[in-house]
Amino acid sequence: MSAPTIDHTLDEILNLAASHFKVPREKLTPDDDFFKTLGIDSLQALDLLTRLEHHFRIELPDYELQGVSDFRTLANRIQARL
Amino acid sequence: MNEFKGRTLSWQLVNGAIELALHRDPCNEIGSLTLEELEKFAQSLPGLGNEAQALIIHSTMKAGFSAGADLRELFQRGQEMEKAAALRGVRDFLQRIHGVMNALDAAPLTTIAAVHGVTFGGGFELALVCDIMIADRMARFCFPELRLGLIPGFGGIPRLKRDLGNAVVRDLLLTGRSFNVMKAQQVGLVSQIAAEGEALRVARATASQVGKFDRHTAAAAKAFVKPIPYDELKREIDIFCELYSRPAVAEGLRKFVANQGVQPYLP
Repeated sequence: MSAPTIDHTLDEILNLAASHFKVPREKLTPDDDFFKTLGIDSLQALDLLTRLEHHFRIELPDYELQGVSDFRTLANRIQARL
Repeated sequence: MNEFKGRTLSWQLVNGAIELALHRDPCNEIGSLTLEELEKFAQSLPGLGNEAQALIIHSTMKAGFSAGADLRELFQRGQEMEKAAALRGVRDFLQRIHGVMNALDAAPLTTIAAVHGVTFGGGFELALVCDIMIADRMARFCFPELRLGLIPGFGGIPRLKRDLGNAVVRDLLLTGRSFNVMKAQQVGLVSQIAAEGEALRVARATASQVGKFDRHTAAAAKAFVKPIPYDELKREIDIFCELYSRPAVAEGLRKFVANQGVQPYLP
């Protein structure tokens, strides 16, 4: 089975983030700063990372998130592990 | 003392198990008050052990089991004292926390860590002293000390080496990365994974199971399979203190404490 497309991955990330942090899905866009848009801190970002790892069945070292604050770049990091 | 309600932790006997609940806001950072109350618990443990078969350590804080040492307190003490006194204070703290960890490690009860969320640094070290680790699927583990120019100081390295292959230990220590419960189980750290929020319930079921067996036999088996690396633990304190003296550590602590942004727990 081939890996999903980056757009599909991005969509899943946005859906998961919106659902878990109870933010309307339509308010999230790929280039948003997820710390600001979701209103989260680093502990909550680690929580999001754990959920994404479980969802995509990957291991994503948190140092890969260094300097990453938007959903699109996050999707690229995850896509590279699929 | 069968029951205790402290400012950072509480304990009580529940169905043949001692339940030690950590509850210091925001995420059970281990500073001097937590140390005092842990020492109180360690002193009470022999008496409590006569009433119970198992000990469960868990957290009631939403963010996780424990984020580790209270770095703000460590930084503050370093600022308030002259260097030699600060270093003596750090060594004293480490020796005292090692006393607690060693008492828990050697307890003739089956000890169970029920962890969730952030289980970092000193919190991870507290979980490692237990015989069995049960984690909910949102647990996340890390030794971030290298990010501050330090090594784990509460006994983490010798205990990690006791449990895991050296390659995994090197990965965790040298990258300072966090990892999830699937990885933790894969490398042999976590024995059971519970659904989110269910680690304590699963720990209670496990405590009930271990309570069925002869205590003396269980204690003998535990002492046989789980030696305590006393010499390495002492050496860890020495290395920590050597590193603590370096200016890079003071700077690392200062940056952590000054960070008002959203990313202090990210690498």
